[in-house]
Amino acid sequence: MINKKVSSVQEALQGIEDNMTLMLGGFGLCGIPENAIAELVQKQTKNLTCISNNAGVDDFGLGLLLQQKQIKKMISSYVGENAEFERQMLSGELEVELIPQGTLAERCRAAQTGIPAFFTPAGFGTEVAIGKETREFNGKMHVLEHAFQADFAIVKAWKGDTAGNLIFKGSARNFNPCMAGAAKITIAEVEELVEAGTLDPNQIHIPGIFVQRIFQGVKFEKRIEQRTTRKK
Amino acid sequence: MALDKNQIAKRIAQEVKDGYYVNLGIGIPTLVANYVRNDISVEFQSENGVLGMGPFPFEGEEDADLINAGKQTITTLPGASFFDSAMSFGMIRGQHVDLTILGAMEVAENGDIANWKIPGKMVKGMGGAMDLVASADNIIVAMMHVNKAGESKILKKCTLPLTGVGCVKKVVTELAVMEVTPKGFQLLERAPGVSVEHIIAATEATLIIDGDIPEMKID
Repeated sequence: MINKKVSSVQEALQGIEDNMTLMLGGFGLCGIPENAIAELVQKQTKNLTCISNNAGVDDFGLGLLLQQKQIKKMISSYVGENAEFERQMLSGELEVELIPQGTLAERCRAAQTGIPAFFTPAGFGTEVAIGKETREFNGKMHVLEHAFQADFAIVKAWKGDTAGNLIFKGSARNFNPCMAGAAKITIAEVEELVEAGTLDPNQIHIPGIFVQRIFQGVKFEKRIEQRTTRKK
Repeated sequence: MALDKNQIAKRIAQEVKDGYYVNLGIGIPTLVANYVRNDISVEFQSENGVLGMGPFPFEGEEDADLINAGKQTITTLPGASFFDSAMSFGMIRGQHVDLTILGAMEVAENGDIANWKIPGKMVKGMGGAMDLVASADNIIVAMMHVNKAGESKILKKCTLPLTGVGCVKKVVTELAVMEVTPKGFQLLERAPGVSVEHIIAATEATLIIDGDIPEMKID
């Protein structure tokens, strides 16, 4: 059996260098690869281009990399929760490409599945479409978007096995499945790593073929951004 | 009297039909879930990968792995499912969602909508809004008719960066229910106690008034 297991986050992130383009899973703080992000801060890798739906909060998630000025460019769909991000962006310190969330997901999936470009109706007639080819299909206008090209994809899953197979939990799934296999090398961070053969093949969400390295995270804070409750 | 946010949500909830899959944007739209009739079956889609979104959890039962598009903790209802973001937007783009309800800063009489950016001041990003407005056949906008300075947000032409073009069908504000037609906004209903004159004064866009305008029926 092919073994993708690496025993530490350090080993998992080998080869990530300055100036690289990274994909990072997560929606808000949900389903983010916390341990890998902490290690990127440790490594002080600089000038990164990060493809991730959000930028974390000021002191957690990708916000930690922003604090350390390790990110040159963010490609995201929404950055409202991070004041430092907004400040860096409005001041010009940080390059930002804001793209529709569905387009972000599909550009990852296209990279994963060998589709070099695709048409989507999202953004037609807005600043997102500037400079892009547009075409009419069935009486409706669409914008041509291209697959991403990234060096590393870092995804977070609930469970994984040594063959790289992944299972996700709840809304922590989000961008992680479409990012797995969408970059040159995919690193999977999991809460529970088991031996190949333990997981039921029927339960696998992402087959290990899309994953090159898998490691078990040591600590998961799983911070809640907006703890919202109702009265009994 | 102009409606408050909950009353706007209550009026919009009347548009939700039995068997609908519904996407609710952040802000006033999220309140719509509280007012949908309980004798019909509806499933709420959260663009971050949940169908069958339920109410907020009780205190102590929050799950960090279960949030909605506004990053709030939620629960799920029987029949719920989880899926990834590519599939979620596939659901949206593929017109599997029956009704999209979202907020706006401006709408124009040709159906253009602006709800994601105030240049130099608020540039948080469009999130899923552009996908939603470009894909949905059935869009209802929940918004304030006038801003805090009393300026109309129902315009001939949007001044803010657009989220989508020619996509809005129905708008519910604190003053009125309106429909976009080729000739302009058609006034369908007015808020209880609000006069047609008040609405005309608050609307910069072309407003078509045909006969007597009934009041909204909100319990």
